Amino acid sequence: MYQIDNLVKDLVKQHGRAREALMPILQGVVAQHNYLTDEAMVEVAKELDLSAAEVYGTASFYTFLDTEPRGKYVIRVCKTITCAMKGKNEIIEVLQEMLRINVGETTLNDKFTILETNCIGWCHKAPAILINDTPYTDLTREKLVKIIKEYMHQ
Amino acid sequence: MKIRRGGIRMSNKTCLICQGTGCVSAGSREIHASLEKEIEQLGLSKDVKVKRTGCHGFCEQGPLVVVEPEGLFYAGVKVDDVPDIARSLSPQGEPLEEKPLYHDSATGNPITHYHDISFYNKQQRTVLQNCGNIDPEEIGDYLATGGYQSLRKALFEMSPGQIVDEVKRSGLRGLGGAGFPTWIKWEACQRAPGDEKYVICNADEGDPGAFQDRSILEGDPHSVLKGMIIAGYAIGARKGYVYVRAEYPLAIKRLEIAIDQARKKGFIGKSILDSNFSFDIEIFQGAGAFVCGEETALLASIEGKRGMPRPRPPFPAQSGLWGKPTLISNVKTYANIRWIVNKGADWFAGIGTEGCKGTAIFSLTGKIANSGIVEVPMGITLREIIYGIGGGIPGGKPFKAVQTGGPSGGCLPAELLDTPVDFDSLKAAGSMMGSGGMVVVDEDTCIVDLARYFVDFATKESCGECAPCRLGTNQMLDILNDIVEGKGEMEDIDILESLGMGIKKGSLCGLGQTAPNPVLTTLKYFREEYEEHIIEKKCRAKVCKDLIHFIIMPDRCTGCHICTKVCPVNAISGDPKQIHEIDQELCIKCGLCFEKCPPKFGAIEKNYGSKVMED
Repeated sequence: MYQIDNLVKDLVKQHGRAREALMPILQGVVAQHNYLTDEAMVEVAKELDLSAAEVYGTASFYTFLDTEPRGKYVIRVCKTITCAMKGKNEIIEVLQEMLRINVGETTLNDKFTILETNCIGWCHKAPAILINDTPYTDLTREKLVKIIKEYMHQ
Repeated sequence: MKIRRGGIRMSNKTCLICQGTGCVSAGSREIHASLEKEIEQLGLSKDVKVKRTGCHGFCEQGPLVVVEPEGLFYAGVKVDDVPDIARSLSPQGEPLEEKPLYHDSATGNPITHYHDISFYNKQQRTVLQNCGNIDPEEIGDYLATGGYQSLRKALFEMSPGQIVDEVKRSGLRGLGGAGFPTWIKWEACQRAPGDEKYVICNADEGDPGAFQDRSILEGDPHSVLKGMIIAGYAIGARKGYVYVRAEYPLAIKRLEIAIDQARKKGFIGKSILDSNFSFDIEIFQGAGAFVCGEETALLASIEGKRGMPRPRPPFPAQSGLWGKPTLISNVKTYANIRWIVNKGADWFAGIGTEGCKGTAIFSLTGKIANSGIVEVPMGITLREIIYGIGGGIPGGKPFKAVQTGGPSGGCLPAELLDTPVDFDSLKAAGSMMGSGGMVVVDEDTCIVDLARYFVDFATKESCGECAPCRLGTNQMLDILNDIVEGKGEMEDIDILESLGMGIKKGSLCGLGQTAPNPVLTTLKYFREEYEEHIIEKKCRAKVCKDLIHFIIMPDRCTGCHICTKVCPVNAISGDPKQIHEIDQELCIKCGLCFEKCPPKFGAIEKNYGSKVMED
């Protein structure tokens, strides 16, 4: 297991210490660590010579810079009108049933988080979800169950 | 439309297999692998080339396989179809006649060639021309279409002033939504003093129901990069950023590959094509904030701050990124530049209408037979897009409304179907082009609920800076919630209107200035539906849960017990083989029983009124 301060130092090496490096660094932490812990934000603040409040202020503005604990696989269900017309609610039902958590929650083994997200641009193949960086489209109950089972076994 | 253009080097026959994410999720990777194998086994590898391409646009019908040069079009291809397709590609082979041909949505007849398919033949694919015909991860494909030639022309045959002049004469307007004349920004940036300037491509396409920027970035990333490099040369910038939203991971990956390949070929970097012009492009990934599509919020985001808009002037062209002159345009605007430089302003200005030149690109979705990305000349009517290209509403249901421009746009009724699609006409109708989403709805959609959806979106995405937007949209949402719950009053309509006007006037950026549009247009064109909700407590689309109830028709119920099993709150009683009944007190109106009751029985009805009326 890596140390959060080492991770931040590596990211600073990569992106620099200027203010515009803040978002890429925070995104880098989320990519490795699933979400931004308080320690991580304080560490970033120290490295970039910003106040922790500034870092938190930026992080909390963006939905993809999570400051709440998130699982290894973040499932983002598109909540846009076209997905809603084509069965988004059923998708959420299946996910909640399979993972036994509600939207916004993370499973006890820190593996899955269910979130709702804005349009992910798959309106013509609705309903759609993103699992981390991978979109899954044209979902049906059966298709989704199969996908989630595969992730469960990973 | 003609696919074979610009001399893509082809074998005798080429199979283009769409690898857009839509087709991939429908199994196009398996189709690609199995077709390659079959062709090898038949000994056709020399004569038939199998190519992976970006999105063909007709995602609804995926996986898609196009055979050139004949222009054969196979849709919904399954692995079982592959041997037949492979055999048909041999010199003696004949095109397939039934499966997997595309069947026309109106007539049901099979169609062999894509140029006979109304989804394609009514379009004018300029910007989208390469999407679906080249492998977006292979710069060689792009070069074979004549790619980067216009860059050479711009750098060696034109002065920066000539380029700006060409853009001016072309009449190109910003395709991000507002339609601001592009050349004004270019000229302002060019004239701005200093040698530190920036070119930014706004790919923060956040409008619900819009995905054409994603399709272009995934299908033809180099066309956008080239537009940016030419813009950099014209205004004297040396650095460009593409701001892509985090929700588009594949677009980011394809862009990374494209930038890397263009750098290796010397199109990006120091001394481009051995000229004395240097320009670099970097990707900046957004992090899920809709308001960052607003240009000043986008700048704040790149600077590492909260994405809050600031007042203009100064405009970014005067003082943008880190206070330096900055040119910000949409993906589609940059993708048009190659054509203006290559074919000239006059050619470009020949497309479209008097005030709006070129093509418009829409994402056609919702209750429509052929959904997907369409590109049409400006000025074509909504009817031509929805019925001509989109094939109308599935199941022959009547058209109710089309929502254009997402949360900033409006909802237009059937009477306005003959409105020409361009910046000015849509604005006059109370809507806007926006980034190009077009959501078609039929009678099963409640207009009040639709407006409520967009206002809800605005409340969540308002950055909170301006009180009218932050508080006003929440007030509107509360009122709309009351109306859909049957608690509305007639004066609510007036309050909605005055609130809407207030928010428009009192907000700093485009988000607040347009957020009330969905409510204001629906009040204008569908006022009677609001009044029905308020006075009669009736939702004519039977969508609003508090204004409907479900009932089991005793004469049709066979007691199959399916509904009792799916009911999440155990509101349905009745033993197997006995007529079932819904307890209206317990029912949460989720509609699951209605959906699951086998169609051959159709025993569950959705009725008006919150409760069963007693006789």
